Amino acid sequence: MGFLFGEYDVAVIGAGHAGIEAALASARLGCATVIFTINLDSIGNMPCNPSIGGTAKGHLVREIDALGGEMGLAADANLLQSRMLNRGKGPAVHSLRAQIDRRQYAIYMKHRLETTKNLDIQQAEVVRIERFGEKWRLITHLETEFIVKAVIIATGTYLNGRIYIGDISYDSGPDGMFAARSLTNSLRELGVTIRRFKTGTPARALRSSIDFSKMEPQPGEDPIVPFSFETNEELENKVDCHITWTTEKTKEIIYKNLSRSPMYGGKVKWIGTRYCPSIEDKFVRFADKERHQVFIEPCGLRTEEMYLQGLSTSLPVDVQVEFLRTIPGLENVKIMRPAYAIEYDCCDPLQLSATLEFMDVPGLYGAGQFNGSSGYEEAAAQGIVAGINAALKILGKPPMILDRASSYIGTLVDDLVTKGCTDPYRMMTSRSEYRLILRQDNADERLTPIGREVGLVDDERWENFCRRQEAKKQERKRLKSTILPPSEELNRILVSCETSPVKTGVRLEDLLKRPQLDYEKLAPVDTGRPELDPLVKEQIEVEIKYEGYIKRQQAAIDEMRRLENKLLPEDIDYSQIKGLRIEAKEKLSKIRPRNLGQASRISGVSPADLSVLIVWLSSNNIISED
Amino acid sequence: MSKVIAAISTAMAPAGLGVIRLSGDNAIEVASRIFRPASKSRRLTDLPGYSALYGWTFDAEGDIDECVALVFRAPHSYTGENVVELSCHGGLYLLQRTLRAAFAAGAVPAEPGEFTKRAFVNGKVDLTGAEAVMDLISANGRLAAKTALAAREGAIYKKIRSVLDGLTYAAANLSAFVDYPDDDIPELEPEALDEMLKNAEAELKKLIDRFDAGKVVREGIDTVIVGRPNVGKSTLMNLLAGHERSIVTPIAGTTRDIVEETIRLGDVILRLADTAGLRSTDDQVEMIGVQRAKERLERAALVIAVFDGSEPLNDDDIELAEKASRQTSIAVINKSDKGLKIDYKYIESKFKHIVILSAETGEGIEALERAVSEVTGVSALSDTEPLLSTERQRLCVVKCLDAVREARGAIEQSYTLDAVGVCIDDAIEALLELTGERATEAVVNKIFERFCVGK
Repeated sequence: MGFLFGEYDVAVIGAGHAGIEAALASARLGCATVIFTINLDSIGNMPCNPSIGGTAKGHLVREIDALGGEMGLAADANLLQSRMLNRGKGPAVHSLRAQIDRRQYAIYMKHRLETTKNLDIQQAEVVRIERFGEKWRLITHLETEFIVKAVIIATGTYLNGRIYIGDISYDSGPDGMFAARSLTNSLRELGVTIRRFKTGTPARALRSSIDFSKMEPQPGEDPIVPFSFETNEELENKVDCHITWTTEKTKEIIYKNLSRSPMYGGKVKWIGTRYCPSIEDKFVRFADKERHQVFIEPCGLRTEEMYLQGLSTSLPVDVQVEFLRTIPGLENVKIMRPAYAIEYDCCDPLQLSATLEFMDVPGLYGAGQFNGSSGYEEAAAQGIVAGINAALKILGKPPMILDRASSYIGTLVDDLVTKGCTDPYRMMTSRSEYRLILRQDNADERLTPIGREVGLVDDERWENFCRRQEAKKQERKRLKSTILPPSEELNRILVSCETSPVKTGVRLEDLLKRPQLDYEKLAPVDTGRPELDPLVKEQIEVEIKYEGYIKRQQAAIDEMRRLENKLLPEDIDYSQIKGLRIEAKEKLSKIRPRNLGQASRISGVSPADLSVLIVWLSSNNIISED
Repeated sequence: MSKVIAAISTAMAPAGLGVIRLSGDNAIEVASRIFRPASKSRRLTDLPGYSALYGWTFDAEGDIDECVALVFRAPHSYTGENVVELSCHGGLYLLQRTLRAAFAAGAVPAEPGEFTKRAFVNGKVDLTGAEAVMDLISANGRLAAKTALAAREGAIYKKIRSVLDGLTYAAANLSAFVDYPDDDIPELEPEALDEMLKNAEAELKKLIDRFDAGKVVREGIDTVIVGRPNVGKSTLMNLLAGHERSIVTPIAGTTRDIVEETIRLGDVILRLADTAGLRSTDDQVEMIGVQRAKERLERAALVIAVFDGSEPLNDDDIELAEKASRQTSIAVINKSDKGLKIDYKYIESKFKHIVILSAETGEGIEALERAVSEVTGVSALSDTEPLLSTERQRLCVVKCLDAVREARGAIEQSYTLDAVGVCIDDAIEALLELTGERATEAVVNKIFERFCVGK
């Protein structure tokens, strides 16, 4: 018997981006929570790029924030530079991305955990989890024991982590941390299917060894749109990033040394990560592309480490030095941390339900890279979902299931638990069929009411939200009822914006519908305009301008929800349903969809199988609608 | 467990051979209760799939007919279930007696389309394939049967697929451009995108146009035969119908009500209406007939205006020519055997399609067939080009076309690319619905409607 160190409602194993959101959500909902990490100084670490957001990932951060999560606030508080990507490509795909002071971010998050009620932090490696009656017993490497009601696994790349650099490989977590080498066995005993994924990171180099005059600077954009709906202070851009390109010579060196990469040398069998490929992958898979872009990103204000985005590799250090020096501006580069590839254990997310609980192991949840995803934002999104649901279950409340039309978070979870993944899953705007509705500007509208109902949105956030909604309602009314006369000034504006002048009075709303016009351009003639939150302005403008397209998407959502509302009982024996093809039987039995909508998205379940299912269900009178 | 269904699968008409098909888990057992192999050592239930036994069918009263029994074992059969096909002699009485014997032995009558429904449910045919079979069953004409076959073999699928590939390419381009803003992916020129969409639009438009012509092949076209009294409308009708349908007398005004008949002329099915002769009259009954004829003329999709070639045109003829030539019409100059006295120049000035024939002798009927084929667009249909075959398919293509047009509209009005993107996504969805690769509730409902399953 070890030493019983504590009893909690929820234990979170791992304090990366998934673990943090899970622990905070659970503690904030009133559950006694403990979070484990192998090293307290690695809480909230960014072992890869020093940035948060990006296409679709920026949406995830806004959504986490709208639900009452922490990532957006932390990113705003430690921001070095911000850009709104895809500005010219339309409101659906506007995405925030910010460079973050990496160490400061980690310190912020550690402090946030330390100061959160109901939350304890433990530096320890959990080596075993086992059933303890209705509860769980966790045993650490120090032979301390914890009894808890629910466990959330958020181990990132630590679980049996192994680093590869050329011929050299060794057991390790990210950034020189110890790997967690024992937990996998007890997960296997519980019936969790363990898989092996791989990812990688580029080298960090010393700022003074880089010649920025040979690169193109990439400054931030003003004014900065914050991630969090609750960030009110003005944020400022403090640093520039820089862009350079690989050369013909880079390609040559990489080709020459391919056999020294663990994967191309045949030492390991990796499925190359499609969404963050190594530089050798890029040159091999896109052989006709002459050069690849490289971004030089600062890691913080009080460090000279620079992140070389786009140059992830598992080639040996001597090759790394050789090829880096072929890149303009990096001729004399000094590497501080070499690039590496890391291999780690993860689960098969098809074993999870939409609450991120293992279907066959009640009380056990997974989040983040452990579930097969990639990226800080994807991890945090799952963390908050797992944390909320673990807590709700303990509190005896119904689960929070976000459907695909509600959010990118819902899309991410649905993709993982319905379609699964064979390499690390990255969020992209093209993964959502409802892009024009799931915008970053309206994340609060979509999710803050849900966060409030769950109990994660505090009074202040809720009041701010309600105020914005009211202002929006009033302004919509004003735009509808305000008619501008066909004044000379108005027509001068219209003509200068290359849209047709008016002969009669015209509603403000109808003017805003024109793609060529916006709030700013109409300011001189719109004299009765009240002071408006820029966020409210943005939401209104998009809603008016894209009304037709938004309606189109809403119709698709209504159609989807009809199938989604046809629930499937949990105990269906699919093997007994005649007419289902064998592949469909296997997939349905494994994934156990909640409803016909989810069933229809399983690859290997054809529309014919779906028809069979409907016939079978209706003939057995067990189709239920909620 | 699926019930054994049985039906006579060949036409219910005298023929050399007739086939009774049984399908279901116990189909082979049921068949073995009404089939006696010639060789006493053989048993139908022992037979492997794809093999045949010679013998006799029998019922309680004794042997019915000489027969070859063909066994297919699940899943290698048309329906995906165990299937037995009994090839008997074609006499209707014997076939029906055999079928009754099958019912007595445990089979139940198959609902219309039920074999196909089972094939679909068992994943043996896809949605377009199943629909094509349904059309094949009800196909009247030769070309209809051929195009139904083409759809079954995936011609329509291939066509849709190529449009789909184009749209998917456009969507993928947009996604890459949007999702990887840092990866110096070349900016997508709206013009290039529009070009891709324009191609898709043209293809879709063609499919819809051809559907409308295809419908004529499959379902027929409302056709009216009009003309002043006694120009030989009824004689023409009878010639086309191949037997006496309208009462023909030399007395003008004999046909007072509308006589209808569905006939096949070449590849086209005409839903023909013979009408009362158009003239001013005081006869009450005839007046009603004339009135109806005029109404019919207005609604018809195809007008066959008949003139007496052996006489000069009178006022009634000219009034008719004015009216008919405003619609899709063919001028028939009848009584060619009696010499032409008609003002041909005038007719030519009014009608694009003119046929000179003798309804009496049948001379010139081929010319009418050609004209009908041309005027309905059927002559432009080749046997091999794919054809949409149902309203459901047409609806999907129309939905897709609308979305493609809206995408182009968004580009034209310089909306941002995300708006264009959602329209392209919708266009893709519509086509996936057509091919049955995506199940929406609408599709599933449609399946039920068509196959009457559920209860």
